[in-house]
Amino acid sequence: MVIGVGNPWRRDDAAGLAVAGRLRGRLAGTEVRECEGEPAGLIDAWEGADSLWLVDAVSSGAPPGTVHRIDAGGRALPADLFRASTHHLGLADAVELARALGRLPARVVFYGIEGESFDAGQGLTTDVAGAVECVAQTVQEEVERCTSGS
Amino acid sequence: MARSSSRRRTIKTDYLARVEGEGGMTVKIVDGRVADVKLRIYEPPRFFEAFLRGRAFTEAPDITARICGICPVAYQMSSVRAMEQACGVEVGGQLRALRRLLYCGEWIESHALHVFMLHAPDFLGYESAVHMARDHPELVQKALELKKTGNELMTVIGGREVHPVNVRVGGWYRAPRKGELRPLVPRLERAREIALETVGVVAGLDFPDYEHDYELVTLSEPGEYPIDRGRLVSNRGLDIDVTEYDAHFVEEHVAWSNALHSRLRERDSYLCGPLARFALAHDTLSPLAREAAAEAGLTPAERNPFRSIVVRAVELLYAADEALRLIAQYEEPDSPAVEVEPRAAVGHGCTEAPRGILYHRYELDAEGTILDAKIVPPTSQNQRTIEEDLRGVVERSANVPDDELTLLCEQAIRNYDPCISCATHFLKLEVERC
Repeated sequence: MVIGVGNPWRRDDAAGLAVAGRLRGRLAGTEVRECEGEPAGLIDAWEGADSLWLVDAVSSGAPPGTVHRIDAGGRALPADLFRASTHHLGLADAVELARALGRLPARVVFYGIEGESFDAGQGLTTDVAGAVECVAQTVQEEVERCTSGS
Repeated sequence: MARSSSRRRTIKTDYLARVEGEGGMTVKIVDGRVADVKLRIYEPPRFFEAFLRGRAFTEAPDITARICGICPVAYQMSSVRAMEQACGVEVGGQLRALRRLLYCGEWIESHALHVFMLHAPDFLGYESAVHMARDHPELVQKALELKKTGNELMTVIGGREVHPVNVRVGGWYRAPRKGELRPLVPRLERAREIALETVGVVAGLDFPDYEHDYELVTLSEPGEYPIDRGRLVSNRGLDIDVTEYDAHFVEEHVAWSNALHSRLRERDSYLCGPLARFALAHDTLSPLAREAAAEAGLTPAERNPFRSIVVRAVELLYAADEALRLIAQYEEPDSPAVEVEPRAAVGHGCTEAPRGILYHRYELDAEGTILDAKIVPPTSQNQRTIEEDLRGVVERSANVPDDELTLLCEQAIRNYDPCISCATHFLKLEVERC
């Protein structure tokens, strides 16, 4: 399963949704979903999946468009990748809650795309739009390798 | 006392987690006594009141809902109540019942999040819900299940789990079919079961020994637990129509907070939210919620703010019970909304957000354009009381080690489930001992 996470109304925050949008219909037998990132909804969304690719925008201070690939099946996502979340628990919390509850798929790969602008509005910035294409292609190759059993 | 003998200690936490918003707190302690307390809210003002000016009266519910992702329904409900009052329209019957039902969904979502994920870790000694989940997975599962039920209720009635899109001045864009509500019943029955267990679980926590003689302010409507309408009352004799709000409550700017402080003109600070609602309206709870409260040892005389987690659990139970009652009596209305013609007037609306009373006032011209708007969220109203609690809590515990005192202060702030984003987003805690 591939889940793109983000807010469509906060510029580059929509990067994960954009990757999911590009992969929709391109992955035979693998479900592609888009989520806003609410933990209860996310944990429900990946219920039953054996392998999970999560894609979200991050803000760690790296140059815009930088792609972070993290194997989250065995370790926590670093909190400093994400913009400070407030009352809402974030994606990293959802992954750790699911791990504690035994509800995390065995294989979890996280792709974080470094955003430039998280202002109100639509449209990705240039570097982020380029990274979206690159991540979509890479995730497609990984999913196909995984499903073909190689 | 000679200054040279004064005892100076500084405790500082740069970041208080598990609250909504950005702010800080300073407690100055001189020789074991609290010299000054400031809840500093430095989140920038968000100017919602200003950009409502010039918009149509029909736009207020959707614009103000965006103030908060936790309690958007409260904003929608207070705004529609204010607009309808301005235009001389009263929405009743099943249209009103649906509003109360949607509100139950928000109470379930918000209280489940706070009781289990934000506040319970304080009492059980965990840094966060994630740390707590490793030892108490059953608590977190319950939270997720309750949250999901609240989300489903919000989706069916409001069209979306956060920031519902179905609320309008005069009622709804579309009223649900009876058959759409039916699948919610087993979910809500399960939620009620979980909430009942939760009351027992949280009642058994250890509570710091602290009480304060608050003025408690809540809405009051005969025979109903306060949610969506009523007069404003207090335990010290306040009993006014919502239209009289501005004559009795005043907002003041203090230098250390970007959220205005509220106080009662005639007296001073007051507390709104679960503790106030329970104290003044416990007799209107459903029998099941009332019994659970009694078994948990709650009485209307409860004044320990740390026990607000028990009251929230009782309100979770009530919200599930009330939602089931509302669904059982639901009949599809002939029309999803009543017509509301604008007129030049001032309208006032007040409803019970999960954290307490949320007041809206709008001035409209004859075409229904908003000329002026005022929004007073519960967290701004509770700021002074939070500061008083911090003072009281620290004075009773001035000799405890810095790290323990810091945690106790954070816990005292979280008693209020403060929503700083509403009030003006991270709370920075700083305890300075001189």
